[in-house]
Amino acid sequence: MDLLYKIFIDPFVQMGAAPDLLVQTLWEGLVAGVLYSLIALGFVLIFKASGVFNFAQGIMVVFSALTLVGLHEHGVPAYVALVLTIGVMFCLAFAVERLILRPLINQPDIILFMATFGLTYFLIGFGELIFGGETKVMIADQLLLPRGAIEVKMAGGFVSLQKIDIAAAIIASLMVATLAIFFQRTRIGRALRAVADSHRAALSVGISLEQIWVIVWFAAGLVALTTGIMWGARSDVSFALEVIALKALPVLILGGLTSIPGAIVGGLIIGIGEKIGEFYWGPLLGSGIETWLAYVIALIFLLFRPQGLFGERIIERI
Amino acid sequence: MFYREAGQFKTSYAADQAVFPIFQDRIGLAIVLFVAAVIIPWFGSSFLIQAIMIPFLIFSLAAIGLNLLTGYTGLLSLGTGAFMGVGAYACYKLTSFFPSVNILIWILASGFFSAAVGVLFGLPSLRIKGFYLAVATLAAQFFLSWLFLRQPWFSNYNASGAIEVPTRTLFGIPITGATATDTTRYFVVLVFVIVMTWIASNLVHGRVGRMWMAVRDMDLAADLIGIRLLQTKLLAFATSSFYCGVAGALLVFLWYGGAEPAVFDVNLSFFILFMVIIGGLGSLTGSFFGAALIFILPIVLRYFPPKLGIPVHPATVEHIQYMVIGVLIVLFLIAEPAGLARLWQIGKQKLRVWPFPY
Repeated sequence: MDLLYKIFIDPFVQMGAAPDLLVQTLWEGLVAGVLYSLIALGFVLIFKASGVFNFAQGIMVVFSALTLVGLHEHGVPAYVALVLTIGVMFCLAFAVERLILRPLINQPDIILFMATFGLTYFLIGFGELIFGGETKVMIADQLLLPRGAIEVKMAGGFVSLQKIDIAAAIIASLMVATLAIFFQRTRIGRALRAVADSHRAALSVGISLEQIWVIVWFAAGLVALTTGIMWGARSDVSFALEVIALKALPVLILGGLTSIPGAIVGGLIIGIGEKIGEFYWGPLLGSGIETWLAYVIALIFLLFRPQGLFGERIIERI
Repeated sequence: MFYREAGQFKTSYAADQAVFPIFQDRIGLAIVLFVAAVIIPWFGSSFLIQAIMIPFLIFSLAAIGLNLLTGYTGLLSLGTGAFMGVGAYACYKLTSFFPSVNILIWILASGFFSAAVGVLFGLPSLRIKGFYLAVATLAAQFFLSWLFLRQPWFSNYNASGAIEVPTRTLFGIPITGATATDTTRYFVVLVFVIVMTWIASNLVHGRVGRMWMAVRDMDLAADLIGIRLLQTKLLAFATSSFYCGVAGALLVFLWYGGAEPAVFDVNLSFFILFMVIIGGLGSLTGSFFGAALIFILPIVLRYFPPKLGIPVHPATVEHIQYMVIGVLIVLFLIAEPAGLARLWQIGKQKLRVWPFPY
């Protein structure tokens, strides 16, 4: 009885008693959710266009951030470094298409998935070899990202909002909007959608799969770079981010593997759910439930809606 | 020339369906077993036995477990590390509750605990498959890792959260703990691996294995021809987790001699998955090849450059090792997506028709 009270009533009483804390927690969750969404977005872009479940997306985030910081450390001005990093991400996309995707065309999904593991390992080794394995500080100031916090009077208390988080949310929304326009309005965007619908049909109307794959991996690289900058500005640039990137998986499940809005909404739900769960229900179980709560939410969700929130309905035929 | 089955006639169904129908294969197997059971323990150095053979065999067992699930039943799992952890912790708890019962019994029993947990987390497999299922098994991975880390009951309230393997004996000879010799432990592991591989081989060649493969090839069609999906998939999860659980218990009790929850993290799951895919999905021999390649390759990479007199910084070696493994994974997949087992088969076929390849 006491336990039931603690699970079902006590957390809500706490929420009601301190609404400013609740808002703060929601905000923290939202910010974490934006970053999950961004990582998931990279996954979805690639999955839609090439059917590859790109495990390397997480490490691409780290790698791009490391490249940026590393170049700056070698005396390159911040914005030049940014442009150079974008160039590096393009080369990466090109190399991936040439060296991994093209030879493995028509292989089963799991083989391509495995190949992205190979890519992950290569990028980890390569990144550490060139830029060193130690934690680095993101060059947030040089990129004119704001710093500090705003105190907002809200819900009977003060809620502290980090400026960098607000910037991250704005930039993320801008990027999603740009991507949406790109997908809906441009020639290449249409070709991308065609490829996502059916590889074979797209090929038959003269769309070059190779070109599309380079573009889509490059787009995912840009998303990764943005994620890397935002994440790096909040904490530090290190390979620990790789584990956090795994969190994008439940986000994808929740949103559906093929849906961009799904990735965004899923990310926000997971981010908020996780922080609320950790803050209000965590102490009951012994803290640290953040590490698995997202997966369990996704798992329960899957039992009721196997294709995710916005995923295409899975129809099976013999 | 060396490998020809001409003149070997099958006169019964049993002979026709034998796992090794060709005489030369049986000789080959006998040689491998002889090397493993006699040559290596007699002539092998302590380094070979302790640092290479024992972990290689244990990882092979885990890879066989995952292969039963992923390779034979087509259910992708990323929770192998956690299932191995369940085995290890179950064995630890059982042997600390009942120290007088033989440890070998507890190692087997811990497999059943692991199987039960596997069935529980395998339940979603009825509704979801592919990458969705992989994420569902990640839930098992992270939840169980957290459980072992945060619930001190599992490590008997040890302050460091690590488990220490106590000394247990068989016929008066210590087989676990600090006093057990390498060779004894090697023999225990070897017996486990041989017996369980034999059982797995019988499983996949029999009715159960056919049901699994039918489900893998197309579960809807399998359902239509009267295979019960729920039972079949859960049986695959249970068997696979049993193997992984035993492998986990062996890993801690006969190799590490102690473990902390971090051992059974998601990287271990990926590690085993590499073995299965590089070795060959749906092949027991492939599991051994995969384990050999993925486990022994880093050791070779670590020990060879200094031997050749190339002075490199240890950290650099590690980075290059990562890169080399990554490149090799991709190269192997491009060269032979069906894995090392397929290469082995091609090699055998080449030998069979040599020197006239037509």
